[in-house]
Amino acid sequence: MSAVIEEHHDDHHDHKPTGIGRWLFSTNHKDIGTMYLWFSFIMFFVGGTLALVIRAELFEPGLQFVEPELFNQMTTLHGLIMVFGVIMPSFVGLANWMVPMMIGAPDMALPRMNNWSFWLLPGAFGLLIASLIMSLMGMGSAPNFGWTFYAPLSTTYGPASTDFFIFSVHMMGISSIMGAINIIATIINMRAPGMTYMKMPIFVWTWFITAYLLIAVMPVLAGVVTMMLTDRNFGTSFFSAAGGGDPVLFQHVFWFFGHPEVYIMILPSFGIISQIVPTFSRKKIFGYSSMVYATSSIAFLSFIVWAHHMFTTGMPVATELFFMYATMLIAVPTGVKVFNWVSTMWRGSLTFETPMLFAIAFIFLFTIGGFTGLMLSIVPADFQYQDTYFVVAHFHYVLVTGALYGIFAAVYFWLPKWTGNMYDEKLGKIHFWVSTISVNVLFFPMHFLGLAGMPRRIPDYSLQFAEFNAIASVGAFVFGFSQLILLYNIIKTIRGKSTVKATAQVWEGAEGLEWTLPSPAPFHSFTTPPTFK
Amino acid sequence: MSAAIRVASFISLMLVSMQSWAEYQLDLRPGVTSFSQGAYGIHTMVMWICVGIGIIVFGAMIYSIIMHRKSRGAVAAKFDDNLTVELIWTVVPFIILAFMAVPATKVLLAMEDTSNSDMSIKVTGYQWKWHYDYLGEDISFFSNLTTPIEEIQNKATKNEHYLLEVDNAVVVPVNKKVRLLLTGNDVIHSWWVPAFAVKKDAIPGYINEAWFKTDKIGTYRGQCAELCGTNHGFMPIVVKVVSESDYAAWVSGQKQQAVAAAESATKTWTKDELMEHGKTVYTTSCVACHQASGEGIPNVFPALKGSAIATGDVAKHIDIVVHGKTGTAMQAFGPQLNDADLAALITYERNAWGNNTGDMVQPADIKAAR
Repeated sequence: MSAVIEEHHDDHHDHKPTGIGRWLFSTNHKDIGTMYLWFSFIMFFVGGTLALVIRAELFEPGLQFVEPELFNQMTTLHGLIMVFGVIMPSFVGLANWMVPMMIGAPDMALPRMNNWSFWLLPGAFGLLIASLIMSLMGMGSAPNFGWTFYAPLSTTYGPASTDFFIFSVHMMGISSIMGAINIIATIINMRAPGMTYMKMPIFVWTWFITAYLLIAVMPVLAGVVTMMLTDRNFGTSFFSAAGGGDPVLFQHVFWFFGHPEVYIMILPSFGIISQIVPTFSRKKIFGYSSMVYATSSIAFLSFIVWAHHMFTTGMPVATELFFMYATMLIAVPTGVKVFNWVSTMWRGSLTFETPMLFAIAFIFLFTIGGFTGLMLSIVPADFQYQDTYFVVAHFHYVLVTGALYGIFAAVYFWLPKWTGNMYDEKLGKIHFWVSTISVNVLFFPMHFLGLAGMPRRIPDYSLQFAEFNAIASVGAFVFGFSQLILLYNIIKTIRGKSTVKATAQVWEGAEGLEWTLPSPAPFHSFTTPPTFK
Repeated sequence: MSAAIRVASFISLMLVSMQSWAEYQLDLRPGVTSFSQGAYGIHTMVMWICVGIGIIVFGAMIYSIIMHRKSRGAVAAKFDDNLTVELIWTVVPFIILAFMAVPATKVLLAMEDTSNSDMSIKVTGYQWKWHYDYLGEDISFFSNLTTPIEEIQNKATKNEHYLLEVDNAVVVPVNKKVRLLLTGNDVIHSWWVPAFAVKKDAIPGYINEAWFKTDKIGTYRGQCAELCGTNHGFMPIVVKVVSESDYAAWVSGQKQQAVAAAESATKTWTKDELMEHGKTVYTTSCVACHQASGEGIPNVFPALKGSAIATGDVAKHIDIVVHGKTGTAMQAFGPQLNDADLAALITYERNAWGNNTGDMVQPADIKAAR
């Protein structure tokens, strides 16, 4: 009933529903975006705590804090929470907030579905985290087979909680697919008059492509966990050699999802960096159309490289060669993006506010992750890197200093637009410097560990790995706790008591429709379509 | 605390002299096989190409960060595309990649050629140990971690080969092409010895092939590289490459041991002998799950101390050890251990930790129960 009354008031800006119902029944893209962002921020601290347990255990050789069984649960849940609970939902949160504002739309195309996509997530992660809580209370084991949950370790040998995990992944998948449908529907149908595809902001473009990737591969993930479900409970043998199945089939299906997933976790950050670098260079993005083509090429290539995660499974040589060459090709469009960002900065008029600092660090550190990725594509060398800390270093460079740094940059960049208040620039810079130094202390030595022969996912190690593990652990604790600075800064900005009010433009070099709205942005974005040049 | 001191001294040492880095490995090692050296060569080449590209790209960025800052009065230029440079930086990477792909392909083809081998060893991954079967030689054994639990639990000083030491190493002759046939008994494992650049998954239902050949006598250590459950970190690999004559001596020694083992299976053992041998078998085969105290891990691995099976009917106890329990982590030890080992083990389990049943199991009982 109340919904009817409120609809009457829709054209009055900032008439918000109140109380818990505002959030539970929300169909507003900003409120849902806010919930996505807070959800992922909370999950970030949960997943980060698990990472610190891992690093505490690995500080010294020997077993100190957690038994091997619990250690495996820590690595598994750390990975699952960070991938599905932090990076992906925070991108959806950013898309919710920014896509309608950037294309001149009043809201998302499918607001009720938007509500449902978000509210599936607490249920999904509740189930997953419940399995860990039960494990800590002595009731069985939480998922302990790594975030890649290879069969038969996760099927025949999986703990009872594996079925919780499967249901949880199904829910996350439904949530992601609905979120992706919503973003595609919004971008196709609700752009302001005059905003042709090739005039869309790059962030919108990268999310547009990401959404298609999600729709293509989340059902594959759902398929693989469903096969696990029937293998475990209904007597099928998809992945059991004893019943005529194939354990390697699991890896093919999983990585057919998993490799595009890697790009799902980085393309929106590419988009964010492509918004921020031009803003603080006071210059148009260099090579707009090549950016779009490069993103599309990366998305296409992501479907034909999955088996590079499986070079040691004993594939035929011809298959190994195909996947090596295809993987090496990804360096080309990725290189184009990096060159374009550098050219955007070239002969610009640069300033270095916190979002720009994170964006520059992104370009440096993501590129390092890209280089190690190229090294990993070379099959004979990959035999030495596979399943070692070199791989751990590689994917943390692309996911932490890549994807996550993109998200940090985005939060600082758009927080004044969301709240109407400037964040504390000094605290932002402290957060940046402490994080950036410690994250390298944390992850750079892992390259050395991997090259020296330390396998990943082990709770204890031989003595020659002691020094670099200790250094990495020190970096981990500093990096982990420095995120509290970000939390404090965000809360301070939202409360807005001691901060400067933001203008509509916010940043001197900012261009785009979102900056034409007042700060804070009104509850309903563009109720009449804006004019777009 | 000691680690904190070690880190502090390490960092200060680093600052004092870069030579101290020599002790800590920063890079891959060339290894001792032809293709480990090939892999090392490609690794080094690609890494330096990346460093070169990095210097150019990061150099341009740093130059821009320093020279094109607003505070220096820089005014933004107007350009936002340039077809020529865009074509160059699309085409040049293709050429660089092709330059990398050629040697990579060559090394890979050599690695995957397992033909004309001199001998073959079947390697089977178990949770959490390796089994080696010398094909055509009638030699087969399990290789278990021997690092004492006290060292792992920090109650004793860790030895030089902490976590990289086993009871039975793989012994192979120098200068022979050794073909490995890898499979898994339960879950997927991965056999990795960095010095050989051999890493191949051991997958249930599959037989994967790999090979190595080295001219350097020595002991080479590695680990399981694929997460395979609780004790994934505790199943190392040790390969001893020995001279041809030492290898022949080792083979005949193994055969004598096999004869001795066959004899021990027919004799009647005293209780003390059974208990002593049983403890050794327990420590290598059972302790990972059921723990040295026999108390297991609550809700994960059941206790044996005071358990219905270890204090109840002997026949049932023998049955579960020999045939395992399907659907659980309890493996069938019948195929893994001989009659004397199993008899001693079960006797030990029935009499250790206050289980004092007084029962004795002889190898003949096991033979009858198989």
